[in-house]
Amino acid sequence: MKVVVLLKRVPDTEAKILINQEGSGIREDGIKFIINPYDEYAIEEGLRLREKLGGDTKVTVACMGPAEATEAIRTALAMGADDAVHISDPGLAGAGPFTAAAVLAKAIGGEGFDIIFCGKQAIDDDQAQVQCILAEMLDIPQVNAASSFEIAGDGASAAVGRRIEGGEEKWETSLPALISCDKGLNEPRYASLPGIMKAKKKEIRTKTLADLGFSEVPNKGRSRIVKWLPLPKSGECRMVEAGETADAVRELVRLLREEAKVI
Amino acid sequence: MSIDLTEEERMIQKTARDFARKDIAAVVEQSNRDGVFQDEIYRRLAELGFMGMTMPEEYGGVGFGNLCLSLALEEISMVCPSTAVAVSVHNSLANYIIHTWGSDGLKERYLPRMTSGELIGVYALTEPNAGSDVASIAMSAVKDGADWVLNGSKIFISTGDRAGVIVVIARSDQDDRTKGLTAFVVEPGFPGFSVGKVEHKMGLKASTTVELVFEDCRVPAANVIGAEGMGMKIALGSLDGGRIGIASQALGIAQTALDEAVLFARERRQFGKRILDFQATRWKIADMATDIDAARLLVRRAARLRDAGRPCGKEASMAKLFASRIANAAVYDSLQIHGGVGYTEEFKIERFFRDARVLEIYEGTSEIQRIVIAKKVIDEYERMYPA
Amino acid sequence: MTGDILVVTEIRNGQLKKAAVELVEGARTIAAGTGGAIDALLIGKGAQGEGAKLARHGLRRIAVVDDELTTNYSSEGYAKVVADLVAEGQYGHVLICATAMGRDLAARAVAKADGVMFSDCIELRYEDGACVAKRPVYAGKLYIEIVPSGDRPVFITVRPNNIPPAAETGDSAEIAARPSGLDRSMIRAMVKEIAALAGGRPDVTEADVIVSGGRAMKDAANFKLLEELADLLGGAVGASRAAVDAGFAPQPLQVGQTGKVVNPKLYIAAGISGAIQHLAGMRTSKVIVAINKDPNAPIFEKAHYGIVGDLFEIVPILTEEIKKIM
Repeated sequence: MKVVVLLKRVPDTEAKILINQEGSGIREDGIKFIINPYDEYAIEEGLRLREKLGGDTKVTVACMGPAEATEAIRTALAMGADDAVHISDPGLAGAGPFTAAAVLAKAIGGEGFDIIFCGKQAIDDDQAQVQCILAEMLDIPQVNAASSFEIAGDGASAAVGRRIEGGEEKWETSLPALISCDKGLNEPRYASLPGIMKAKKKEIRTKTLADLGFSEVPNKGRSRIVKWLPLPKSGECRMVEAGETADAVRELVRLLREEAKVI
Repeated sequence: MSIDLTEEERMIQKTARDFARKDIAAVVEQSNRDGVFQDEIYRRLAELGFMGMTMPEEYGGVGFGNLCLSLALEEISMVCPSTAVAVSVHNSLANYIIHTWGSDGLKERYLPRMTSGELIGVYALTEPNAGSDVASIAMSAVKDGADWVLNGSKIFISTGDRAGVIVVIARSDQDDRTKGLTAFVVEPGFPGFSVGKVEHKMGLKASTTVELVFEDCRVPAANVIGAEGMGMKIALGSLDGGRIGIASQALGIAQTALDEAVLFARERRQFGKRILDFQATRWKIADMATDIDAARLLVRRAARLRDAGRPCGKEASMAKLFASRIANAAVYDSLQIHGGVGYTEEFKIERFFRDARVLEIYEGTSEIQRIVIAKKVIDEYERMYPA
Repeated sequence: MTGDILVVTEIRNGQLKKAAVELVEGARTIAAGTGGAIDALLIGKGAQGEGAKLARHGLRRIAVVDDELTTNYSSEGYAKVVADLVAEGQYGHVLICATAMGRDLAARAVAKADGVMFSDCIELRYEDGACVAKRPVYAGKLYIEIVPSGDRPVFITVRPNNIPPAAETGDSAEIAARPSGLDRSMIRAMVKEIAALAGGRPDVTEADVIVSGGRAMKDAANFKLLEELADLLGGAVGASRAAVDAGFAPQPLQVGQTGKVVNPKLYIAAGISGAIQHLAGMRTSKVIVAINKDPNAPIFEKAHYGIVGDLFEIVPILTEEIKKIM
């Protein structure tokens, strides 16, 4: 079975993210880049599937990203993936979801696949679109934000659970399919030291747009960011007061719902 | 020589860091409070390959060098210096000695089980009357047929109560002070071996420190490391790795001290402002940060030299001397910045303060390091400017 | 594409989701700019009956799709229904609620429609001939404002609870049933059943909501008050070191320097003074609510919202009030 795992190199959002001086994007100096955390669940699920099925099951990482993304790819290989395809082209800088999907579709479609795992969203743009557009382009079904996954004995279908508001949906999908992964699906393994050692020898196939048969960037320019805005300053604590305690609490609940939007 | 880390080194550092901050952090407070050795943590560290870091693949290791080991020890020490002790001794002393001087038979019998983590390796050198003065080792080793019989005791042995492999240096020739020492591999199951007194220490409480007692302990001749009389050579030849290891531990302790100081000073307010905004605090931070950076460069240089197979005795001693000293200064200043709460168990700095003290003592006291450095430096002058 | 806007609303458990009227309000903002009409599409079991709920909100047409193949949600099925209608009506804008279903549906539908999509938007306006959408990026640390380029259908998923609900205008929209146009072979993945969430609170390090108690809780039994509130919000219970040391809560619940470091969206601190060692464990919480008798408690300097008073009075009322709005 050919398992493909999508991987994106993203800035570590645990650190402070600031807008650059020109207001055209984020400040990249001093930023650490990591594997998109949701993609780690995808890599882990791919590895577990290979461990379960054995045989000639292979896990291939597919990553569209700049040259620096090789470290993220190498980490996925160190976790246990077998090989990787790295699509890298200066023309793809700032690419939108339809561009990314078209490029990935060409690369993955070209190499063949039986199942695709990916993270439910990338923590930089938080769009959660690329995987669905990719699934449509590859003409395969999708199940998003999986919190459980079980392949059927015959390998032709899978049972997938996903959390929704107030419950859990149990899906059944035929394979091939695209499954995007959510936190809680599994516990991603660390890149072990033997894994890091073996990763050195694993193959990363680098492809430019031309290698994939594109004479120009596909689906370019469907949207434009016109402004970058910081979060409003949090300021002082809002002390909620009223004559009666009950009234104050009611006001607090209103603020939490309407202003803070946390309930 | 580059001070930058390679992609591979960054990946190893990341695994060590993530494991330390997740798995070790989950148990660190309790294990240090209760003085409990974390068997499960070592099992997981072994699974990840940390117990065979510098050993070649043929013995189940991963063949990474001293710099990678240093990175791992630094990251682990940032969370739990106690854990780092066992990892350092196992890799830079036990594994290293058997691999460097052991016969093929000895290597095959022990190394694979050590790199897999099945056997934890420890180093038994120190005796009640032999600390810095290695030649004063009195534990006797007497040949008896096909065995050697060991009599005596070793003290302050880290992880001695859980060891699967004990590298012991004993006196095989009462008359020759320097060439009369022999190194042995002892298994805890050998007759006559027992664990004695357990030390209750000021710090490194999750690292067990014990006395090992040898009463007519029979060791097969095949377990001699190298050959009879090589003990001193082995002891001296293993110093550098151990020193770089402890210097790395010191780095981790110092870094945490600085991190905690800054994060605390940012929150604590007195006299209408954050104590981070007082110059006295800022100067301490500047000094701490500079010292840590300098120490790190010394440690990495020594490690890179060792990985290149070049002599690094002076550099390893400098790294150990400097890093252990600034780590103690860092925890002292950090605790001062914390003020009263830093003296309580509610804050991390209290533990790191206690853990740091032994850095200038074990694995070669700062006094010994100065003797070593002075000799090497003066030798250099003698060569450059012959009298 | 025309200036018309299509609002695709979610049916859950046979009922129209309340956020549908927020979508209508968003659509009105765009319609004011494009001059187009607003239509709605309801898909799913029970859609037939729910159409009427939107009839008095100034919509033009409400299409209702409710047949055998749309009883259970499927990305491909529902997305095809949406894409077909979008193509037919040449809608310039399509609004969908950013729920678990909405995000999945919109992305597949926009792929079929070969359009462009802005996810999880919190604000919409129409300016200089284009819809400007504001949305969070980098895990909510920044916002961007984004506009479409070119003439393709623009799909926008809108986060619930950000746009105010549209008021009724009294007009009556045309409600018409519509066949799904699907057949079995088009649906390769679908929902088989929906299970209620399994019991058990999330781990405090993973929870989105934490209700935490300090020494002022006075007794282990009193933590029940916090447990009730936590369960209501689907969150976890936490405790300060003082509460743990006093035996009011077990050690695994301890939040702080020598306890656990947490990062929830909402942290409610009941009777916690806010000493630095506690703050170290929860300072990255998105919204901190402090309840404390002492108006000078340090926690109020870090909290976003605070109430001074007796937690034993406040917490039960808080639980009741939140129950009312859920």
